[in-house]
Amino acid sequence: MSITFDNADHSAAPARPPAWRPASAARDIARGAALWRTWLALGWHDVRQRYKRSVLGPLWITLSMGITVAALGLLYARLFAQPIDAYLPFVALGFIVWALVSGVLLDACAVFVAAEGYIRQIALPLSFYVYRMVWRHFIVFAHNLLIFVVVAFVLPVQINGATLLVLPALLLLAANALWVGLMVGMVCTRYRDVPQIVTSVVQVAFFLTPIVWQPGQLVRESWVVDINPFFHLVELVRAPLLGAAPSAMNWSVAALMAVAGSACTFLLFARYRYRIVYWV
Amino acid sequence: MASISMRKVSVQFPLLSGAQRSLKNSVLAATTGGRIARDAREQPVISALNDIDLELRVGDRVAVCGHNGSGKSTLLRVLAGIYEPAGGVLDIRGSVGAIFDPALGMDPEASGMENIVLRLRLMGFSRRQIDERIDEIAGFTGLGPFLHMPVRTYSAGMGARLAFAISTSVMPDILILDEGIGAGDASFFEQANARLRRLVDAAGILLLASHSFELLRQFCTRAILLEHGALIASGPLEEVLSFYHERTHGPSAVRRAA
Repeated sequence: MSITFDNADHSAAPARPPAWRPASAARDIARGAALWRTWLALGWHDVRQRYKRSVLGPLWITLSMGITVAALGLLYARLFAQPIDAYLPFVALGFIVWALVSGVLLDACAVFVAAEGYIRQIALPLSFYVYRMVWRHFIVFAHNLLIFVVVAFVLPVQINGATLLVLPALLLLAANALWVGLMVGMVCTRYRDVPQIVTSVVQVAFFLTPIVWQPGQLVRESWVVDINPFFHLVELVRAPLLGAAPSAMNWSVAALMAVAGSACTFLLFARYRYRIVYWV
Repeated sequence: MASISMRKVSVQFPLLSGAQRSLKNSVLAATTGGRIARDAREQPVISALNDIDLELRVGDRVAVCGHNGSGKSTLLRVLAGIYEPAGGVLDIRGSVGAIFDPALGMDPEASGMENIVLRLRLMGFSRRQIDERIDEIAGFTGLGPFLHMPVRTYSAGMGARLAFAISTSVMPDILILDEGIGAGDASFFEQANARLRRLVDAAGILLLASHSFELLRQFCTRAILLEHGALIASGPLEEVLSFYHERTHGPSAVRRAA
């Protein structure tokens, strides 16, 4: 072995890096999915951790959601002069599905930033953190669904063939949650003022989406409901559980969003994935 | 067989200022002129690694030397698969285990025991494999009943013990150690050294970055020297160390030509 000294001039501008890396992006997404055992376990860990210090554990989520639903359900039933039998299940489901949709959107902002310690330490696919985050919110959703089960016992809720449609609906919702998680996560990691924007959007969207009010209440301005992507996502899960099939429009908007959103996200991911580690 | 081959590998960091971190300013920059716009448009890039060529084979025990900011950690993070090179060809054969700042990647609210499980999970171990290892790790930390307390209640030394015990519980083909691995009090340092020695002996390739010549002499036989992201020397440990020393403190008579 001999010692070699390199005194060459390295000050010249380095070659431009390849901008598009679709193969590594696809590998990241596939490897992240293959780690399902790990993110299933860690998603549970996250939920348990958050409610560790409370006696009820994760059921605390259910309880606080239950109180919200009961209080607001009774209040708005009076305000809107709605029959409680139909209104309470509607509001309960609306809140439960909204908690899932808004939870994913808000948590997506921090999906990479919060995992900085891990990202800079362990070579895991970046998509892993998104799978874990989305799964965590589905666990919370399952806890919240207990409220609806209770409501359905007390009040007459139709259970029929359409109820089964909730399964494909949840899959479609999960597909949308994954691309939103990845895209919003990326943008929020690069631009640190975006999370505030997302928070505002979620707040406004809550009022614009038929959750406490019913879509039928807007007659002449029904387009406000139709152009609202959140409505279609919420309705997709809510309608089957109330015993009605979602409309063709609900399905197609949600499916179109999943396809177009995933495509855009993939392009963005192929372009910027390797830089995320420098942004966190 | 473990091997590492780097050809013309380079890494660049974007250096993002406050203005570039803001979407509002970036949008303004795209649409208007003016001061904020100029701040947000110029994207300084740091060349953290330039055209690194490196070939390592089984048995190589390599000290990675250089000043702060010379690119040591960046090089190790590239080899660990954390940073993807901006250019060049990188070929790594064999499993890679890396220990960077051991305090990173802990959940402060979870107990020591839970953190062990968490980290092993992230390393891709199954429940059964974790059960096989957990007692040994817990024993090595010497933290006893504290393992059932949240990590946020730990002292820095206790945290370091825990992190060290977890990180060194697997035996990779290629072992990457960044500085700051020696942690805890004297008695723990002894144990830690013995464990590190075992790990190093089992590994095919070792890369160790440190400012401590003593530590490097203990584990390494070869060395590479980085300066401003360029690999400026590579060879037997003592020769590179003395070259490094001269370059830093040395007399005017620098033996530059070898």
